[in-house]
Amino acid sequence: MIENIDLSLVDWSRAQFALTAIYHWLFVPLTLGLSFILVIMETKYVRTGSEKWKRTTKFWMKLFGINFAIGVSTGLILEFEFGTNWSNYSWFVGDIFGAPLAVEGIIAFFLESTFVAVMFFGWDKVSKRFHLVSTWLVAIGANLSALWILVANAWMENPVGMIFNPDTARNEMKSFWEVLFNPVAMDKFFHTITSGFVLASLFVTGISAWFILRNREREMAIKSIKVAAIFGAFASVVLIYTGDTSARTLADVQPVKFAAMEALYEGQRDAGLTAFGILTDRDEADDELDEKDIIASIEIPGLLSIMTNGKRDSYVTGIKDLVYGNEEMGIISAAEKIERGKIARQLLLDYREAKKRGDSQEIEELKKRFEDNNFQEQYFRYFGYSYINKPTDIVPNVPLLFYTFHVMVALGFLFLLLQVLAWFFAARGSLEKRKGFLWILILSIPLPYLASVLGWLVTEMGRQPWIIQDLMPVGIAVSSISTSTVQTTFWLFAALFTALLIAEVSIMTRQIKIGPKIEEE
Amino acid sequence: MGFIKKTISDIFQFYRNGFTAMPAWGKKVWLVILIKLFIIFIVLKIFFFPDVLKKNFDSDSERGEHVLDELIIKSNTDD
Repeated sequence: MIENIDLSLVDWSRAQFALTAIYHWLFVPLTLGLSFILVIMETKYVRTGSEKWKRTTKFWMKLFGINFAIGVSTGLILEFEFGTNWSNYSWFVGDIFGAPLAVEGIIAFFLESTFVAVMFFGWDKVSKRFHLVSTWLVAIGANLSALWILVANAWMENPVGMIFNPDTARNEMKSFWEVLFNPVAMDKFFHTITSGFVLASLFVTGISAWFILRNREREMAIKSIKVAAIFGAFASVVLIYTGDTSARTLADVQPVKFAAMEALYEGQRDAGLTAFGILTDRDEADDELDEKDIIASIEIPGLLSIMTNGKRDSYVTGIKDLVYGNEEMGIISAAEKIERGKIARQLLLDYREAKKRGDSQEIEELKKRFEDNNFQEQYFRYFGYSYINKPTDIVPNVPLLFYTFHVMVALGFLFLLLQVLAWFFAARGSLEKRKGFLWILILSIPLPYLASVLGWLVTEMGRQPWIIQDLMPVGIAVSSISTSTVQTTFWLFAALFTALLIAEVSIMTRQIKIGPKIEEE
Repeated sequence: MGFIKKTISDIFQFYRNGFTAMPAWGKKVWLVILIKLFIIFIVLKIFFFPDVLKKNFDSDSERGEHVLDELIIKSNTDD
């Protein structure tokens, strides 16, 4: 009766989704941030009437257009994959995904598609103010599109505002507002868009630095750096702040991921924050957990407790607490959750059998029990645990999370420093003399892309083994299709996206080399 | 009626002029967009990415039954 999961199918499906999501994401954040930098530049043009600002805006708008056009629709492939590779998951999430994605589609279509045309075709054809409003609407539309996708993703981290219907096997939305204002969604939205703002500002400062070093378009480059650096510095502060609030929310809703990011095996009071560290295998370790020690670390005593709970003597939950339970702290073990998950799955099976038999009294009793709040809170919320083999399986890859998280955080602080220095040197008029710093700005262009991908790795790898936290493990979500089909499409995507990336980079570098000579073309 | 007709005509002209006056880089980008959309919607969607549940089952109740089967009998264990 029991069918085993084909792990090679699961792995290939995951690899394919990761490949397409990462490639898709290479195009998105620049659109999110550059659109607002354009808004600032064009506002300066409208307020001052200076043709120099118009020329500057049009140059960056051209790069925005190339990135926007090549990246647009690449996200659709992810939706194809949901229907083909992840059909159980797609069905199970029901209208939770449908509603936000439908709103996203409408906003994206009406705001972005319509007003992008005005942005590019409307210079000198519509009034200055209407053109500026269009640029604003594109920026707002692009960022609002991201909101709805992130709301859907946040639901996978913290499923709220729904109830599972045992007749249809779908989750049904109980409260749209609970889904929208899911604390994970809000943190994720602001953290993600500000990461896009920082990426775009480093993109602008890096390319502007190139112009200065080439002794071309110096005035435009300095103006651009002043706008981008101040915008990027403010965005970096918000990025760091939202990173902190995101981590605090994680400690509450995804404590295993949070503990893994800090490689915190033993829960403790007065827990220190590791700013830097190297993981090594622990002597006399719990083999099942493959425990690690942090060596050569820079630790700030008590800071993790303060950042997590606001008090230095507060308890920060460790991986072992979550795997084996901690009665004193009221943390139930993974083994207990597995038992509760099995009870929930058995009730689903009994309900189904009763329906097949047509036993109306039993159907009514079981459905009543299923819909009972206590059952939902104490049992069904652990439904996914019924598929977990052993308690240690709930722990994601700790070294991967620890390093990706810490490198991402270090890069976040580096970005703040770069932006502040760029603004400071530009404001003092000494930027042109600092050739070394200009080179650092150029070489920093890929770093926020790296940080952005690392952030998504922390999000997605940290949720493992779940596709929907506590409700559905990844292995249950895949469709019963052949592995070879997924392998074939994996390589097709790799080729398609690589070609798109090459097209983007080559068209963009050519336009950067040409510079802001739009009127002459 | 005349106002609507004029508005539609103005919008059409706006797009037409925009596309005809498009610089070389814009035309290149549109070529990339068209090739990409062809590959995504014609090649990938039709030949490689069928909606598995829509293709294999006729009604939502059958799809729901199938997913329930998967949820109830699929397992990571060998026991």
